[in-house]
Amino acid sequence: MKPAPFGYRRPSTVAEAVRELAADSGAKVLAGGQSLIPLLSMRLAAPSLLVDINEIPGLDAIEVDERGVRIGALARHAAVLADPDVRRVQPLVSLALANVAHATIRNRGTTVGSLVHADAAAEMPVVLLLTGGSVEVQGPSGRRTIAAPDLYVGPLESSLAHDEIAVAAFFPALAPGAGVAFSEIARRHGDYALVGAAALVTGRGQDETVRVGYLSAGDLPTVVDLTGVDETELGDAALAHLDPGDDIHATAAYRAQLVRVLTRRVVRAARAHAEGAER
Amino acid sequence: MSEELHPVRLTVNGVTHRVEVPARRLLSDALRHDVGLTGTHVGCEHGVCGACTVLVDGDPVRSCLMLAVSAADHEITTVEGLAAPDGTLSPVQQAFAECHGLQCGFCTPGFLTTITAGLRENPCPSHEQAREMIAGNLCRCTGYQNIVKAVERAAQIGASDKAAS
Repeated sequence: MKPAPFGYRRPSTVAEAVRELAADSGAKVLAGGQSLIPLLSMRLAAPSLLVDINEIPGLDAIEVDERGVRIGALARHAAVLADPDVRRVQPLVSLALANVAHATIRNRGTTVGSLVHADAAAEMPVVLLLTGGSVEVQGPSGRRTIAAPDLYVGPLESSLAHDEIAVAAFFPALAPGAGVAFSEIARRHGDYALVGAAALVTGRGQDETVRVGYLSAGDLPTVVDLTGVDETELGDAALAHLDPGDDIHATAAYRAQLVRVLTRRVVRAARAHAEGAER
Repeated sequence: MSEELHPVRLTVNGVTHRVEVPARRLLSDALRHDVGLTGTHVGCEHGVCGACTVLVDGDPVRSCLMLAVSAADHEITTVEGLAAPDGTLSPVQQAFAECHGLQCGFCTPGFLTTITAGLRENPCPSHEQAREMIAGNLCRCTGYQNIVKAVERAAQIGASDKAAS
């Protein structure tokens, strides 16, 4: 349970970090390291070089305005979760973050790191997808923005190029009158969820749209449009788009049942949130 | 081929240690083997059990999920740094002793550091908050009941210490 040897650099600018990455095809970025270091220790990953971005100034900013929430690459989950402006402008970010691991992990882990780690069992990729967010990356030829649907290409695989660093993530603000909810079932609160779901409900009656995002219900974080689906059919309608698997923690059939239960639960809660939000 | 060593200045419990470590040295191992403070315990080594929890700049962090090279120039507090210099137990340590909050003691350093920081943030937790505070730490012998009692007792001791001072 010890990492294999690797080189280590601690650049002081993003441009310098990008140069280090470009120079070594086996290099990886180290931000919070709460997912990366276990992979190193179990030798499931063996990079030749770690580029530690923790000393780059300014990357820990959390900026909130009426358009949404912009979270810098070094903003720790704990700092984002504690920010009252984040909670006000896009409450789904805070609702989901409360389920990300334990306080001790949240003190070190970064929200942007979690997004680009691209784990289908993680909470924040689903939130980025569901809210229509994006990730800003910097590479040798400058900066570009990757919209959430283009970010997730495979299990633990994002569309970032090897020499690109995610510098920030953007979550759009919750629209007036819209409602959100998040719920997950884990064996121990804070552990990886057996299944988790987030809902976003906008509009009323004929104009209502219902979208639900799922984690741990397939190889990729997945959002399903459930607009116009009868309440009793919600779970099965969602399952048509999902592929929950078997592992040592739960059977596929049990995960499917959790999808049914959680879908009803989050859609109901998001509608209630919308009612309450529309004062 | 010998591995590159990095000179690192680790400030642990107020004392500065200069160590030379490979980049892959986990902070937990650096504390135990390079600094010689074996109070920090190594359990699962992948961030699940919490036995290795230390405070970095006051916040609880898994020392098995942090590299020693990344800990340079940060203030680290281990379980050895919780008692007063004269050996007087901290409120959390005293509460663990009073409430029988430990049996084999292996997980105890992680609980003590986690709860010390948790009570600093929330000095008088509800029963639920006390449970949540320790949710990231595993104990295989107490069944947690006495640890939760110890969190609540430590909060009481902390409050009466504050009132007395």
